[in-house]
Amino acid sequence: MPSTLVIGGGPAGLAAAWAAAQTGDAVTLLDDNPALGGQIWRGEIPARYRRFLDPRITVRTGVQIHSATQLPAADRIILATGTRERFLPFPGWTLPHVLGAGGLQAMVKSGLPIAGKRVVVAGAGPLLLAVGGYLRKRGAKIVLIAEQAPLQRVARFTRSLWREPGKLLQAARLGWGLRYRTDAWPLRADPGSVTIQGHGVLRCDYLACGFGLVTNTELPELLGCKVEGGAVITDSKQRTTVPHIYFAGAGSVDRSILEGQIAGFDLERARALYPARDAAVRFDRRIDETFHLRAELSNLATPDTIVCRCEDVPFSAIWQQRDWRSAKLQTRCGMGPCQGRICGPALEHLCGWPAASVRPPIFPTRLENLLDLRD
Amino acid sequence: MIAVTINGRRADVEPGTTVAAAVMRGQAGFRRSVTGELRGPLCGMGICMECRVTLNGRAQERSCQVLCAEGMEIATDA
Amino acid sequence: MTTDVLIAGAGIVGAAIAAAFREAGGKCLVVEPKIVGGGATAAGMGHVVVMDDSPAQLALTEYSRRLWDALPLPPNVEREHRGTLWVAADAEEMEEVARKHALFPSSEILDERALYEAEPELRPGLAGGLLVPGDSVLYAPCAAAWLLRLSPVRYTAIESLTEDGARLADGTMVSAGLTILACGTGITRLLPALPIKPRKGHLAITDRYPGFLRHQLVELGYLKSAHGHSNESVAFNVQPRSTGQILIGSSRQYGDESPDVRPELLARMLRRTVEYMPRLVDLQVIRAWTGFRAATPDSLPLIGPVRDRVWVAAGHEGLGITTSLGTAALLVDRLLGDTPAIAPEPYLPERFP
Repeated sequence: MPSTLVIGGGPAGLAAAWAAAQTGDAVTLLDDNPALGGQIWRGEIPARYRRFLDPRITVRTGVQIHSATQLPAADRIILATGTRERFLPFPGWTLPHVLGAGGLQAMVKSGLPIAGKRVVVAGAGPLLLAVGGYLRKRGAKIVLIAEQAPLQRVARFTRSLWREPGKLLQAARLGWGLRYRTDAWPLRADPGSVTIQGHGVLRCDYLACGFGLVTNTELPELLGCKVEGGAVITDSKQRTTVPHIYFAGAGSVDRSILEGQIAGFDLERARALYPARDAAVRFDRRIDETFHLRAELSNLATPDTIVCRCEDVPFSAIWQQRDWRSAKLQTRCGMGPCQGRICGPALEHLCGWPAASVRPPIFPTRLENLLDLRD
Repeated sequence: MIAVTINGRRADVEPGTTVAAAVMRGQAGFRRSVTGELRGPLCGMGICMECRVTLNGRAQERSCQVLCAEGMEIATDA
Repeated sequence: MTTDVLIAGAGIVGAAIAAAFREAGGKCLVVEPKIVGGGATAAGMGHVVVMDDSPAQLALTEYSRRLWDALPLPPNVEREHRGTLWVAADAEEMEEVARKHALFPSSEILDERALYEAEPELRPGLAGGLLVPGDSVLYAPCAAAWLLRLSPVRYTAIESLTEDGARLADGTMVSAGLTILACGTGITRLLPALPIKPRKGHLAITDRYPGFLRHQLVELGYLKSAHGHSNESVAFNVQPRSTGQILIGSSRQYGDESPDVRPELLARMLRRTVEYMPRLVDLQVIRAWTGFRAATPDSLPLIGPVRDRVWVAAGHEGLGITTSLGTAALLVDRLLGDTPAIAPEPYLPERFP
């Protein structure tokens, strides 16, 4: 029986594992969280997708892949390592009441009480609305959802949704009654408040703030898959440039589920999904264009603003450097335990520096876990 | 409910609560950065490393992907 | 363009040479295709140590260490006199300790009790060690940048050596009174006959655990690994950084010219490490990387002329940081006709015909 290994138990990984199981493969699914569902579902898998939890799939949670040598042998590997938020530095962004948008949602799903708390959600992209809606459902008082994109672009996008009534309904349901404003972004955070362009100082218990999504390309890169412009290069069957390795799930949930199935299925069943996947890709592109980061966001950081949180490196130390590697060596920026995952995308946006290549371990790991590796 | 100890004080949490969430209920920030700034979790998904605590005697453990278990001893440096 | 001294390579050796020639009143130009201190300088452990594989090595390291101690280094170089503790596993290694004690200035023999007082995390059953308090650790990329702070650096490569100096990859013709090649393993591109081979090393660094380790620790077998020529060897060598992180080495390997981390060799190195410090298993490793030492057949660097107006300063193996200053001093003395502080003969390239 051919074997498929799926890394990542979010929407794409679950869909891929399920699809592979339907073809008769022996499927193993690994995820680094205690529960399946990735970041977006976090243990609360929507009812209509529970069918993905095929009992034939061997699931191992709490497993974080730091080196290629950890991967069990398989005929096929499907990488569904998902995305993370892009953080842009601004004065006060390191204060404890500032979290990512997805970050605060994740914390609430993991047991952080939010009822009665005042929350400002800020940044870029549809995730803000989803997070605002979810937190409100859990009892938070959403003071404002501040989207940086200009009104014109967001309005145009919303109008275009008439072609996709399902999505329009989704947006309306999430957003009903929420104060959502465009052309708004965080200027600074202070203890107990955030200052939003056009809205002044807003008192809040939490600022949930994220500027779009970045694909987790570290494991694909480690395994030799070609990555370009922050994206894993895949063909129509979701194959990467490495023969038996597939990649799925860099965009929206709908797209991730389609990509996962395409990666996991046999060619015939996969092909049937190509048109829907291609439409989802086009939709995601429209989202990227709509919520594209505006120029003002590159000027929020002051010389003193910390850019590398692991090593407390301020912007002033970094901007004098010639490139990412010089910055790393001379200032320690990117040398901390986050391995540049937080500051890297910020500096790529602010300075145009491309990310550096990866080396194992691609996550910090106990030394004991590195003692018995075979090439 | 699950009983854990945070900096010597007992805390009772719902099953399914992560260590990071359990700590955050009681205090805003729980780490000191290398220059002494008070910090708390940022990404909620095991990447930013701002949620590190000492867990059952082991330092520098990420806490946002670890579920609270009965008797866990959690110590923060802030 | 014209200069007195054209230096190829902005690593620690090139930087030290630029600083020394500048201080002697010369006009220098440093040429570097990548970044300052980005090669072996960045990859290595940044130790300033005395080593006694040979009298010539002892002389050069001792001299260089004195020069380092005289420099007013800025805080970002993070120089700390942690001292090196050579760890002896048994009575035979204690004899080696005694032998070294006679050679190393102000060193101190530690018995078993004193060893564990100095480093409680070492595994039980060791015999003792030799403490060399004058040794230090520093952060080499910032040291290189500091040494270069007053010298012009041109970010391009030397395409070829000419009668008069060099032709640079960006098309510039440089006319130089003297060209010094300090480009580490890259030197064989310009001078293929030089007996320099890349010797790959692995390193790993942990998260911050202040107080876990106080001194640089080295096993006595380190020299066998470093100055032997087996294809692949590991030796226990850990170093505390000022951040509280623990830097872990060392491995040596010929024949693998890829910069990729080899998990199996990394594992072998780490297994050797935990043999000496068992509780390291619990520490978080946040990064691993590799670097290429420039190695010569006799474990001594090439310092001096190869032909008229072309000198080399390369092949420092694992002692580049330490001996960069001594290398630079020897070269300045040679140019000015001054009597050098140590005999330069053992390092002259002409010893390899």
